[in-house]
Amino acid sequence: MRGASDTMPLTRRRMVSAGGAALALPFLGRGAQARGSGRVVVVGGGFGGATAARFLAAFGHQVTLVERQPTYWTCPFSNTVLAGLNRMEAIAFGYGGVRAAGVTVLQDDAQGIDPERREVRRAGGPAIPYDRLLLSPGIELRYDALPGYDQAAAEVMPHAWIAGAQTRLLRRQLEAMEDGGTVAIAVPDNPFRCPPGPYERASLIAHYLKAEKPSSKILILDAKDAFSKRPLFEEAWAALYPDMIEWVPVSSGGKVVEVDPATMTLRTDFAEHRVAVANVIPPQRAGAIAETAGVADATGWCPVDPETFESALVPGIHVIGDACLAGAMPKSAFAANAQAKVVAGTIDALLRGEAPGPAKLINTCYSLAAPDHAFNVAGVYEAVDGALAQIEGAGGTSPVGAPADIRAREAEYARAWYATITGEVFG
Amino acid sequence: MRILAIALLAGLAQPALSQGAPPGAWSCTGCHGPHSGTTMDLRTRSAEDIDAALAAFRAGTRPATVMDRIARGFTLDESRAIAQWIADHARRE
Repeated sequence: MRGASDTMPLTRRRMVSAGGAALALPFLGRGAQARGSGRVVVVGGGFGGATAARFLAAFGHQVTLVERQPTYWTCPFSNTVLAGLNRMEAIAFGYGGVRAAGVTVLQDDAQGIDPERREVRRAGGPAIPYDRLLLSPGIELRYDALPGYDQAAAEVMPHAWIAGAQTRLLRRQLEAMEDGGTVAIAVPDNPFRCPPGPYERASLIAHYLKAEKPSSKILILDAKDAFSKRPLFEEAWAALYPDMIEWVPVSSGGKVVEVDPATMTLRTDFAEHRVAVANVIPPQRAGAIAETAGVADATGWCPVDPETFESALVPGIHVIGDACLAGAMPKSAFAANAQAKVVAGTIDALLRGEAPGPAKLINTCYSLAAPDHAFNVAGVYEAVDGALAQIEGAGGTSPVGAPADIRAREAEYARAWYATITGEVFG
Repeated sequence: MRILAIALLAGLAQPALSQGAPPGAWSCTGCHGPHSGTTMDLRTRSAEDIDAALAAFRAGTRPATVMDRIARGFTLDESRAIAQWIADHARRE
């Protein structure tokens, strides 16, 4: 397959003949060419890793994706499952589309990196050699950061911050709860995955409770005094769920300092809350392989070059998505997908001995306050003085006070975004 | 000397693009890729249409829910290049 055809523009005809189904192909643009011949290993098959793997394969490289799970449940839209608006199947994706794009997908556990030999050690077979390594490992929950909260506690007080079995568990608890119960959501300090996520979750759980268990309450215990899209959420809560959601900021004693699953108690500096359902979102750090590979710093996250996403600590290893410290860019699925395409272009250029082109990045995050009520925050980013900074004059949130039809249209856009991006990531 | 300076300037003005994608273009396809529906599907739009829309979003003269805030993050030349890139792809779909 390599040889003469490597210099051909990557036309749809050729890509189809290479074995991919038409809709499984990444959106590449006319200038794209499959002329690479490097070996790239990608660890982590989420929004960052799966996207990058598919694009790098389309550029002609030999790509191996190492991912533990055969199925990926997306955190985006997992709050709709909690609300009973979607089933788990709606947020589940396999790796058939990634394989169809020419990526070798290994369902395996990456256990270590040898940066000298340029190899990834894994549990289920021989080490995999690489010319460039891309880590997109997402987050690891810090079970050492909140007294009383460990893996066993998470089976009683689910975090549901890595979607899958935990999402199902929290949904079952909400279904089983009697009317009049209190649902607590404990929110960590920054930085953490999906900054507006806890508040979207409170909204959509309220949507469910309002219809099914209207005497119930939601208590948000927050380790912060501010949160993403706050005026928009508070406006929606007042209109849609009056007196149902209470937000307790850190300055009012909101920070949860200890949990007791046996008594369903959350303790703050000021009070103890016994609740019917406890959704405890603990502090986080980069996925475990980051620390093993030596690319995480003392914060638990990974410093990277803002243009190439190459680790500031270990050359030849790139880190994207929630795991990396991306300056002003938030830890979002949109950001991971956008970074993945930039890093795919960067790795492709580096492997062909060229300088990577200049990059700008966009982030857009929709939050649903109800099935027909959404709003967004957006930003445009570029590297300034060694860090990704938001471009002044651009970005910001949807306006407060927008009419209902605009909120409803944004909800449609949110669903369209989800369909589009998951198509690009998983095929 | 003058020729070298011009060449350098030209080089700075038109750096090599990663896989032909102008800065920011990759980010667009998360919403505007081939799977997107209705408003977000740009496959039937010409480069001129997309460029005009981006200019109007940037100027605030076209109603928007998010594209006004995104378009303001790009210069005239950048958004023109993105419009062309998207339209080039769309024609093949």
